[in-house]
Amino acid sequence: MWQWFHRLGSPRWFYNTSGKWLPWLSVLAAILLSLGVVWGLGFAPQDAKQGNSFRIIYIHVPASFLALAGYYVMAISGAVGLIWKMKLADMVMKSAAPIGAVLTFVALVTGAIWGKPTWGTYWVWDARITSMLVLFFLYLGVIALQYSYTSQDAASKASAVLSLVGMVNIPIIYKSVDWWYTLHQPATIRLTEAPSMHPDMFHPLLVMILGFYCFYAVALILNTRVEILYRERRTRWVQDMVLETPVSEIREGQN
Amino acid sequence: MGGGFSAILQRDLLLAFRHRGEIANPVIFFFIVVTLIPLGLTPEASRLAEIAPGILWVMALLASLLSVEGLFQSDYRDGTLEQLLITPQPLYLMVLAKVLAHWLITGLPLTLLAPVLGMMLSLPTAGYLPLVLSLLMGTAVLSLIGAIGAGLTVALRKGGLLLSLIVMPLYMPVLIFGASTVQRAVDGFPVDGPLAVMGALLAFSLLISPFATAGALRVSMHG
Repeated sequence: MWQWFHRLGSPRWFYNTSGKWLPWLSVLAAILLSLGVVWGLGFAPQDAKQGNSFRIIYIHVPASFLALAGYYVMAISGAVGLIWKMKLADMVMKSAAPIGAVLTFVALVTGAIWGKPTWGTYWVWDARITSMLVLFFLYLGVIALQYSYTSQDAASKASAVLSLVGMVNIPIIYKSVDWWYTLHQPATIRLTEAPSMHPDMFHPLLVMILGFYCFYAVALILNTRVEILYRERRTRWVQDMVLETPVSEIREGQN
Repeated sequence: MGGGFSAILQRDLLLAFRHRGEIANPVIFFFIVVTLIPLGLTPEASRLAEIAPGILWVMALLASLLSVEGLFQSDYRDGTLEQLLITPQPLYLMVLAKVLAHWLITGLPLTLLAPVLGMMLSLPTAGYLPLVLSLLMGTAVLSLIGAIGAGLTVALRKGGLLLSLIVMPLYMPVLIFGASTVQRAVDGFPVDGPLAVMGALLAFSLLISPFATAGALRVSMHG
């Protein structure tokens, strides 16, 4: 039973296996994303109040979903790395941090762009926006810590500790920001979301969310593979693999 | 078990009293930055009173943040930290003792100074007691959270700015509840709600933070 667990801990096994999944996953992500974009931007009905501007929801909501989920991916793989001393988990944690930070940034920027036509301003100190901003800071902290250690091992452990502390804190931060917002809530601005979306609008959103999940997996795997090659660059199997690669391919890669 | 705790507490307090300037620094910092507010904003009493709760809390937070950087630094430089890690005493309790000493040296003076600064910012009378109570618990939470960051960055050459970067997002709940305790008191609402939450934050961070700090110190020392 433990065999898969041990295999999973081997960067080489992961590199080879993920190489087989990657094309399928990329194709799936591309299909879902293009289907969702065309459906959502071109064919979903207009919103009664917001007109066409609501269509940014098809980027904004999936990005926000994965921004938060990405933090948990990062923190949990950090915990796995701390507890079982699994090298692969450390690499996944390091690779997950920048992807999560970028997705959080995308969620913030699309939210700001959406806010202009809807609320008349790019930025409001709304509870959800503020929590998202704090999440962005948490990501930046982990990334900054990751790059300030010279020893790779210490860097992994330190950022694992920090991301775990952050994970424990996320619910507290979200609750307190909620509380803060209800205390200071400006009366003029309200999220004008209907309680339930019309199915014609919701289905493309669902496709986009699935597409973003696949895209996240592809990005995470690609990042992790680069990290594996870099950290294992002195091992036999990486050197053999590089030697077996035809010279023309390496040249193409350089150009 | 308690031997390590009291020994460290005694030692840290003794060290602090031999370098009194270091005790005074956060307090002076707090004083000076609060002085900057009327200069930069307005000397008008009514407008100062409006922003006083938030300003006092933000500045106390910054003062605490600046002082927490030194929590483990001298012990790391002279090798004491290495010795602490190999003593047969629970690291959890020793970290707790260091944080308690840090709070006694910085958090408590900041709390005691706050009403004076509140008066200078013409904070309404109803706000004084809640300000002191919230800072009393809040600065302890800030020291506890800051200790995690200090433990993570102690071995780094330029840890100071990084420490603020990683610790400040975690400070936000404390600031929210601390400042709103004072604000609610000024507005005439009961404050037991936010004070209770502050107490809960203190209890929770007492439980978690020494544990995380101990882990962080082990990472910093042994990779």
